[in-house]
Amino acid sequence: MRQLLAYIKKEFYHVFRDSKTLILLFGMPIVQILLFGFALTNEIKNSELIICDYSNNKTSEKLIEKFRANNNFLLKEVIYDDHDYNQIFRESKVKLIITLPENFEGDLIHQGKSTVLLTADASDPNTSNTLVVYATNILYDFQKEMSNNVILIPYTIDTSIRMMYNPELKGAYNFVPGVMSLVLLLVCVLMTSVSIVREKELGTMEILLVSPTNPLIIIISKAIPYFLLSIVNLTVILLLSTYLLDMPINGSLFLLYLASSILILTALALGLLISNVTNSQEAAMLISLMGMLMPTILFTGFMFPIENMPLPLQIVSNIVPSRWYFIIVKDVVIKGLGFASIWKEMLVLMGMAIFLLALSLKKFKTRLE
Amino acid sequence: MEKKIVIKVENLVKAFGDFIAVDNISFEVYQGEIFGFLGANGAGKTTAMRMLCGLSTPTSGDAQIAGYDIYTNTEDIKKNIGYMSQKFSLYEDLTVKENIRFFAGVYGLDIKTIKRKSEELINTLGLNAEANKLVGSLPLGWKQKLAFSVAIIHEPKVVFLDEPTGGVDPVTRRQFWDMIYAASDKNITVFVTTHYMDEAEYCHRVSMMVDGKIEALDTPQGLKDTYHAQSMDQVFYQLARAATRSAD
Repeated sequence: MRQLLAYIKKEFYHVFRDSKTLILLFGMPIVQILLFGFALTNEIKNSELIICDYSNNKTSEKLIEKFRANNNFLLKEVIYDDHDYNQIFRESKVKLIITLPENFEGDLIHQGKSTVLLTADASDPNTSNTLVVYATNILYDFQKEMSNNVILIPYTIDTSIRMMYNPELKGAYNFVPGVMSLVLLLVCVLMTSVSIVREKELGTMEILLVSPTNPLIIIISKAIPYFLLSIVNLTVILLLSTYLLDMPINGSLFLLYLASSILILTALALGLLISNVTNSQEAAMLISLMGMLMPTILFTGFMFPIENMPLPLQIVSNIVPSRWYFIIVKDVVIKGLGFASIWKEMLVLMGMAIFLLALSLKKFKTRLE
Repeated sequence: MEKKIVIKVENLVKAFGDFIAVDNISFEVYQGEIFGFLGANGAGKTTAMRMLCGLSTPTSGDAQIAGYDIYTNTEDIKKNIGYMSQKFSLYEDLTVKENIRFFAGVYGLDIKTIKRKSEELINTLGLNAEANKLVGSLPLGWKQKLAFSVAIIHEPKVVFLDEPTGGVDPVTRRQFWDMIYAASDKNITVFVTTHYMDEAEYCHRVSMMVDGKIEALDTPQGLKDTYHAQSMDQVFYQLARAATRSAD
């Protein structure tokens, strides 16, 4: 215990004496929140769609056919009675629900006007925004076709839109969880790998290995300061996004910190693994940045929707820890969901953490060969 | 007087594939002795030393350090040895005091002892004014003296020094050897590798390693007599000339 304390104290000295590291640690989240603040729009294909058709007649059938033929959407189901939309969004990949009112045909023919409800899962605002635009365009096309058939009265269909979870379509709701995943993963992986490799490079690792220290203590002492700093970092990001970007935290903070701790653990284990296979700080940095930055940005899902990727890439995205964390953060922070809906993602992250920790502990060389 | 054996090495071998870095060496080192471990670059000194410290597993052979077996009792060995590596072995971004306290903590000394020891050490080295300065800002000679003091802070039975005086000026080297003698007087066995032949003269006994084998082992005077040499330089030259391995 005394040993462990001596080690942890030493690691904190290292961190606080190294101003570059500190700038990196605390500058990164701030810079990235500003950087990723610019929302990116992407074309979306085959987004799952449900149409709730209360009118159920020829006109609505025609409209549904138009949606079926459109390749932006993949019409999953047509339902004809009341459903809990909340439940649909939570339990399936459906991003948009179109509701046709009971008197859709009648209103259109007799009054020349009808209102269609578009309900979108706006926890991913870019996607939902784009989807609504697509749907509106299809409705407009349909309206034009109908007007051509009956020359006398031009029909108009109004759409009324309800964006659920993120009514104002704020970009922050999407990129804050993304930045959280990115920062936590990168900082932890980079810092642990570099700090261990630095000791190898300087030759101090030899001294530590000659001393009667359990290697586990060396590793734990490396991990603890970065674990604590990451928690501080997380808090900074949350404060920034709550007070600067007006992003509410709808779910349980405890759950969020718990999930974050698991991600941090995974990242620390990854950093340890990298430090085992490299002998220079430059190599460790390169592997951490090149090996982690690109996959994290690509496969987390906050810049490029994963559902648009070719299947092989979608499969690859499963091994990126931040992908799962991203889902958890969105569900907890934005949708305000509880443990019941994120336990699967938590389990995946936990599995990754345990696997990586076991692997890196096994590989940690207590002898120099 | 019966001399107590502290390091006992029997037929120790270390092979890396086909390359036999340490080829069947055997020797004994006594308590309080200053044992010089000499050899050209690539002769296998560092590899042999690393095996004795538990940093590397021998391919075959036996060795005991302070009565503990290097295969089965590595933990006990680690508690009873100090080590100072070729590379500088303190943390440059920690102050003198922090370094001392950290390494004392690593060896499990209690807070009271740590406090007493670090004050003692700082006084002996005359580092009072520098106690709160970063080690990185000290001159090399001071760093090396501090590193040595830290390596024996837990009063080990044996201290291994791997080329401790590389790049240090002659005056500081002399002071460094005074510290080695002081440690030896406290019954700490000193196992030291060096390239400086004048330092070899300071050792109680010296072994000469050539191509992984120990070619000679005697007191400096004994070696000079055997090889009809005026100085250790000439002894070293005669032995090392026969080496077939090139330096690394």
